[in-house]
Amino acid sequence: MSERPLKTAPIFEGAEWDFDTIRRAYDAIEQVALDDLGLDIYTNQIEIISSQQMLDAYSSNGMPLMYRHWSFGKHFMRDEQLYRKGARGLAYEIVINSDPCISYCMEDNTMALQALVIAHAAFGHNHFFKNNHLFRQWTDAPGILDYLDYARGFIARCEERHGEREVEQLLDTAHSLMQTSVFRHRRPPSPSLRAERERERERQLDAERSAHYLWDAFERDRTPAPTDEAAQERKRAMDLPEENLLYFLERHSPVLQPWQREILRIVRNIAQYFYPQRQTKVMNEGCACFVHYYIMTRLHETGQLSDGAMLEILHNHTNVVSQPDFDDPRAVGINPYALGFAMMQDIKRVCEAPTDEDREWFPDIAGARDWRGVLKDAWANFRDESFVQQFLGPEVMRRFRLFALSDDAADPFHTITAIHDERGYREVRDTLARSLDVSVSDPDIQVVDVDLLGDRRLKLRHIQRDGVPLDPDTRDATLANLRRCWGYDVVLSEAPET
Amino acid sequence: MGHFIDRRLNPKGKSLGNRRRFIGRVRASVKKSVDESVRRRDIADVDQGEKVSVPAEGISEPSFRHSSKGGKRQVVLSGNRSFRAGDRIQKPPGGAGGGQGREGAPDGVGEDEFLFVLSRDEFLDLFFEDLELPDLIKLSLKEITAARPQRMGYTVAGTPANLSVERTMRNAIGRRIALRRPKTDEMRALEQRIAELEPQVRAGEADPAELSALRDDLDLLRRRQRRIPFVDPLDVRYRHFEMHPEPATNAVMFCLMDVSASMGEREKDLAKRFFVLLHLFLKQRYDKIELVFIRHTQVASEVDEETFFHSRESGGTVVSSALTEMKTVIDARYPPSEWNIYAAQASDGENYRGDSATCAALLSDELMRLCQYFAYIEILEENEAGLMQSEANGMELWRAYRGVAAQWPNFAMKRIASPGDIYPVFRELFVRKGGQVADV
Repeated sequence: MSERPLKTAPIFEGAEWDFDTIRRAYDAIEQVALDDLGLDIYTNQIEIISSQQMLDAYSSNGMPLMYRHWSFGKHFMRDEQLYRKGARGLAYEIVINSDPCISYCMEDNTMALQALVIAHAAFGHNHFFKNNHLFRQWTDAPGILDYLDYARGFIARCEERHGEREVEQLLDTAHSLMQTSVFRHRRPPSPSLRAERERERERQLDAERSAHYLWDAFERDRTPAPTDEAAQERKRAMDLPEENLLYFLERHSPVLQPWQREILRIVRNIAQYFYPQRQTKVMNEGCACFVHYYIMTRLHETGQLSDGAMLEILHNHTNVVSQPDFDDPRAVGINPYALGFAMMQDIKRVCEAPTDEDREWFPDIAGARDWRGVLKDAWANFRDESFVQQFLGPEVMRRFRLFALSDDAADPFHTITAIHDERGYREVRDTLARSLDVSVSDPDIQVVDVDLLGDRRLKLRHIQRDGVPLDPDTRDATLANLRRCWGYDVVLSEAPET
Repeated sequence: MGHFIDRRLNPKGKSLGNRRRFIGRVRASVKKSVDESVRRRDIADVDQGEKVSVPAEGISEPSFRHSSKGGKRQVVLSGNRSFRAGDRIQKPPGGAGGGQGREGAPDGVGEDEFLFVLSRDEFLDLFFEDLELPDLIKLSLKEITAARPQRMGYTVAGTPANLSVERTMRNAIGRRIALRRPKTDEMRALEQRIAELEPQVRAGEADPAELSALRDDLDLLRRRQRRIPFVDPLDVRYRHFEMHPEPATNAVMFCLMDVSASMGEREKDLAKRFFVLLHLFLKQRYDKIELVFIRHTQVASEVDEETFFHSRESGGTVVSSALTEMKTVIDARYPPSEWNIYAAQASDGENYRGDSATCAALLSDELMRLCQYFAYIEILEENEAGLMQSEANGMELWRAYRGVAAQWPNFAMKRIASPGDIYPVFRELFVRKGGQVADV
């Protein structure tokens, strides 16, 4: 650490915190974050909560408002149980991608931890949320809380009008299709809250109009006998194949009421809102860890953090960014915090002090000096898969001692396909990038056909990647749920990747 | 610029609605384990919370996901030590496991059973479910009447929170007057006087002797004031509280049961619910309830709870033996002047011929005078329930007890075939003391 001429008194001493101290720490952190790192953030809203409230927040995906459903109760009870037994600690913070950006900090945190958490969540995550292209394009940060409020109210009204049981069943189905109900390949218009309400009203009017008895009296057009061409036309009219199952049900299910379609829409929108977070775990956490580490180190250098506080922070920091070996009982694959942090530190190193190897691997950024710009560009324009593909260098691979392993069901042996050496770097990097690609690790299921004028059977296709089938138990249970929403038979076929 | 909000004071229990929904969903299996635990538990601790586990299948959250078996996969792992590219590692037998296969259990948790704890309220709700209790009673049973602290004068020792300032100061004033502690005003006047005199003495206008006398006085007063403190530890008084149980007395509850071979599991289970319910009622009113278990065949004996419900006996049935035993126990250990005596008797109604008259006599002449309440249930086969419509007919014991019931208002009797029939036995108990129940 380089000695700085400017030394000031520490912002705080000891473990106790109060709002005054937190505010002073916040101001110091903000100064480094904005003036030195040049972060671009949403206005921060920092809320101090108790452990009970943290458990509440856990159970509803970390969101401050959520509609009611038994599954949240189940998660709550499980988390509470684990926490009570001491089997698991609680997170120090939860941060919400909203504008203003809300971070929850636990009241049990020491002052040093509060400072760490504020740097991590309120600046690191916040900057990432505001700047990463996925979040900018796919989520509506200023509107999300209003939308959740609307969703909660709407679903509560539906429960009153149609009964809890009815709504619960629908939500069961919607939740089980949630993962397979995001648009991966196109950008939907992001409707504002008012448009959303308007849409609901129109639906209701539409339903009332179509129920009018007069309509039944009109003679309908005779439909021509279905032909191949008609089938093509039909698929085209319904935009098939369709990857977003809830979207398809919402638009085309023959049995759903307007309010049921609206609920499916709500669940689908929430799934879409969380999709960018699933795609950027490594980057998001890496960004937050990099930012808190940089800010805390700077504050320590300038004397604003005492040595004791810095030690406590480093202790927590290393806990978070440690990567246990594959045969360690704690290991659950690659730790996104560790990988993200290590890669971003490596980018900084490559910019400042590149080796020959770095110049060969990263000709664009080696010796660029402006590591802030390089990192900000990476944070804004990549997601996990492309970030690893672009920025994972040999240095980090060697440090983590990464190796790629292949597992073929037909083969009684695992094969080590590549390790961290000259021949293996690229393969290890590509394999890791693929394994971080959510659109590869999620099952690829599409609606391929439905004959609305015939037997109304809904045909789904699972496109197997590398011959990996669906889990039969959950598949059948999910299909049973789906049938309830579709009202007619649903079949799923497995097809190999083409 | 950040905003800081203290949310800790926000209402808690945001998840209660979700929790209720969840329990509603697994109601059937939760109810089953509640019933089981009523069977398993001692009567006195039935009303605790309960750890419940429900099968995961009813509460799984399925979704399409990849199977953990089949196909070709590639993963990257960290911490290589000795592997080289191209190494082949034997898979562990019985699965594709190895360093991967973390697809997880259906709901993301690797558990077949989902375990959680019911609160006391939730537990009692489920326990009451098929007892068909009126809502007011349910509410009053769930309440725990704790002994309340009551003012019991003052003590010289206690916590600062209980310091009685008024009483302490009163003592202090009394002591200061009695010991003639010099008042501050008095001394101040003296000091002022001295201050006035000093320049005069220096100027030779006043008598130095007066000044030194005044100084002696002041000195004396000062020493005196130092010796007699303003507030002495002797003065301090604390408000004294004693935990005063509301209508506090002791009760003893006698559980009498016929354990001859004709009492099967179903009958014993019904009897147990009957005992539990009476115990809950009594718990409302008494701090301390002792339980006495008396089982009988042709002879009666006092046993512990475990033996009472679980051991099997064979032999004839002489009901009066149990009543005699109860009388013996009362005489030996529970003088009616100190104890409220409650009794609950369960039987299938069979008795040795001629013994029923003895029972009725024992009750009328001896026991009913001692008991606050005596409840008798006759457990019927479910198919008998329809036949035994009329209160008037029945077996010998039933007919004999009807005579007792006519004579004593605190004797209740009822035939039951299902848990729903139990509560009416106690209705009398609440009608009689209805006012109290509503208050609890």
